[in-house]
Amino acid sequence: MSLAGFEVEVQKSGDTGLETEEMTLNMGPQHPSTHGVLRFVVKADGEVMREAVPDVGYLHRSIEKISEKVGYHGFMPYTDRVDYVAAMFCNQGWGMVCEKLAGIEVPKRGEYCRVIASEFNRISSHLLSVGTMVLDIGATTPFFHAFREREKINDLLEELCGARLTYNYMRIGGVAWDLPPGFVERSLAFLDAFEPLIEEYNDLITYNTIYLGRVADVAAISREDAINYNLVGPNLRASGVKYDVRRDEPYSIYPELEFDVPVGSGEEGTVGDCFDRYIVRIREIQESCKILRQCFKQIPDGPVIAKVPRKFKPPAGDAYIRVESARGDMGWYAVSDGSEFPYRCKVRTGSFAAMAIIDKISRGLMIADLVAVIASLDIVAPEVDR
Amino acid sequence: MQEFLDSLINQGYFAGVPRDVVYAGGMIVFGAIVVLVFVLNVAGVSTWVERRVWARIQSRVGPNRVGPQGILQWLADGIKLIMKEDVVPTAADRPLFLLAPYIVMMGFVGTFVVLPFGSRLVIADMNVGILYVTAVTALVVVGILMAGWASNNKWSLIGGIRSAAQIVSYEIPNGLSIFPIVLLTGTLSMQGIIKAQGWAPWNWFIFANPFTFAAFFIFFTSALAEGNRTPFDLPEAESELVAGFVTEYSGVRYLMFFMAEWGNLYVIGAVVTTLFLGGWQIPHVTDSVVLSAILEFVTFFVKSYFWVLVAMWVRATLPRTRVDQLMAVCWKYLVPIAFVNLLGTAAWMIVWPQGNRPVRFIMLLIALGTVGYFFRRVAYHTRRAGVRAHGELYLSPLS
Repeated sequence: MSLAGFEVEVQKSGDTGLETEEMTLNMGPQHPSTHGVLRFVVKADGEVMREAVPDVGYLHRSIEKISEKVGYHGFMPYTDRVDYVAAMFCNQGWGMVCEKLAGIEVPKRGEYCRVIASEFNRISSHLLSVGTMVLDIGATTPFFHAFREREKINDLLEELCGARLTYNYMRIGGVAWDLPPGFVERSLAFLDAFEPLIEEYNDLITYNTIYLGRVADVAAISREDAINYNLVGPNLRASGVKYDVRRDEPYSIYPELEFDVPVGSGEEGTVGDCFDRYIVRIREIQESCKILRQCFKQIPDGPVIAKVPRKFKPPAGDAYIRVESARGDMGWYAVSDGSEFPYRCKVRTGSFAAMAIIDKISRGLMIADLVAVIASLDIVAPEVDR
Repeated sequence: MQEFLDSLINQGYFAGVPRDVVYAGGMIVFGAIVVLVFVLNVAGVSTWVERRVWARIQSRVGPNRVGPQGILQWLADGIKLIMKEDVVPTAADRPLFLLAPYIVMMGFVGTFVVLPFGSRLVIADMNVGILYVTAVTALVVVGILMAGWASNNKWSLIGGIRSAAQIVSYEIPNGLSIFPIVLLTGTLSMQGIIKAQGWAPWNWFIFANPFTFAAFFIFFTSALAEGNRTPFDLPEAESELVAGFVTEYSGVRYLMFFMAEWGNLYVIGAVVTTLFLGGWQIPHVTDSVVLSAILEFVTFFVKSYFWVLVAMWVRATLPRTRVDQLMAVCWKYLVPIAFVNLLGTAAWMIVWPQGNRPVRFIMLLIALGTVGYFFRRVAYHTRRAGVRAHGELYLSPLS
């Protein structure tokens, strides 16, 4: 039997003569809830999914290959496009790996500027994540409240670096510009207004009964699975693993700052369910606010960028660094052959690992749950493919 | 309707015209006015109202460019959709695909035949009025299922099937919460039900006994589910099914589905008002037929539109349920409670055949207390939010 244009698998169930078919659904690449160009091939029995196989590669832009042709400085704007929702971390990763290759020390104020910019970016990325998650569950209002605040962060970052999404703020050896006059005051005013609004956000949606029914106990990832599938960042912490690159392999000025690492506790269901992944992000927003306040208090005077030659030629060798991006442990690996161009560059991103586990956790869920799972894993399609 | 025309004839209008011609002409003219002027405009303006209400709730501005405060936005949208190409997919079941929107539209416009807008303003006061409403609104599911199947799109099909399952299930609590009222009045006629109530709130059926009070909420909930409204908008769940059964539709057929959806909101409000909230009943203020007809119409419209606003507010507030949760709510909670309401009302009528006045007043007080408590909470939250955001949260509503 076949519907026009579709091949369907027919299974005979016993001798009753009844035929049942598994429906193959093509979710994506154009679909309202696959954040970006993602595709899932869903085998569904009515509303229940038998499997959901992710198909990646629609957004591959050869970013790593481009680095081999444009040189170290010239590659910085391209790193924005690795993960355009959290571009600061990609900037920082590339900057740090080059500094490690050449042994450059970043001035203290430069490091503070980097951390301030990245933590603002982390808040805005998490706001986007939780906002689109509740939108996918069907609540429209919290989405707008999250984006209203994200707009203000975009305004602040625009003051800082002139761009609202692809920042291109950091340079090898520091950052491009110092904080503009009055930035600290405006940022503190924003934080004062923003921190209570997280409470409002919780009032709006977090503990709503229908919302809890949709996300609690759905697609729980056990601690072992999370480690075996190499999940990172908030997804890993939601499963109860207290691992954060900022704390466990500190870089930049993070050792000087005090912050907690929120982990999922299964407060509304099982540890590692969609709700835990959601609430961990909300708590990380609060921690980022704390970090920002400390940065603004401690920021020293001085230059923001080290002296780096325009013709940047690091000695031959390789380097690997890790940054805690909004989507988790982001690894940057670069090989130098002593010339002006990197010999090879490789990025390891969190969304790719998250994509891999969808096949495992989606079996037996309903189609509506797949949407919640994709959203809760915070998958950003360009970061998967690069 | 007949009474209204009679009184007009008696006052000297239509001199020399045979009575039957006046009746037939009156029916046709009134029917056409209701459909073209009232139904379509209410549905259209409701889309604008909904977008503005949403925008306020979401701290946005909303459409405010076409006409004063954007009130003509719906006309602009409608004209745009009418001028669009009417695409029929090659693989679609062509006749069914073309027919489906009309059936949905029929199911919704048909209800207006029995909706009583005033003591004389009703197209046909059938003796099976409320039964007719439930029967005709069930026609919508045929159209939706047809649209879902005929589109030959799997998302549409899932949307159509979900809608069929949902509407058929929620018809049961819906029908069961109408029965207590029918028991109380002994009639199915819409006018008869309204005439059995009074203009004062304590004479409304919602406060007749605790069981009708519960029946009111069950009726409203299941009516939302039948109208495919959030939190039960699964058939067209945007984030799951792209656009559900309307995925393949475009142009004027797409418009018809949405006209039916927003018009249906008003029907929900009107039926709720008729059954539970005293309909068009007003205290006696004037002897003029026309003036009292206008007053009754305004009363009825305001009461019904209030529930439209509530539905919009619910839509802006709540997320969407999952399909199994939706069914569980219906069969595990609403249907049993609706049964209890039916039996309870019957028992109540045996114990107090004339009704129980003190209980009516107590329930009215409870309802007022709940509303008062709600407004206190709203005021508290608004104040707290205002303090949090240093005043920049709230744009002027008319900006």
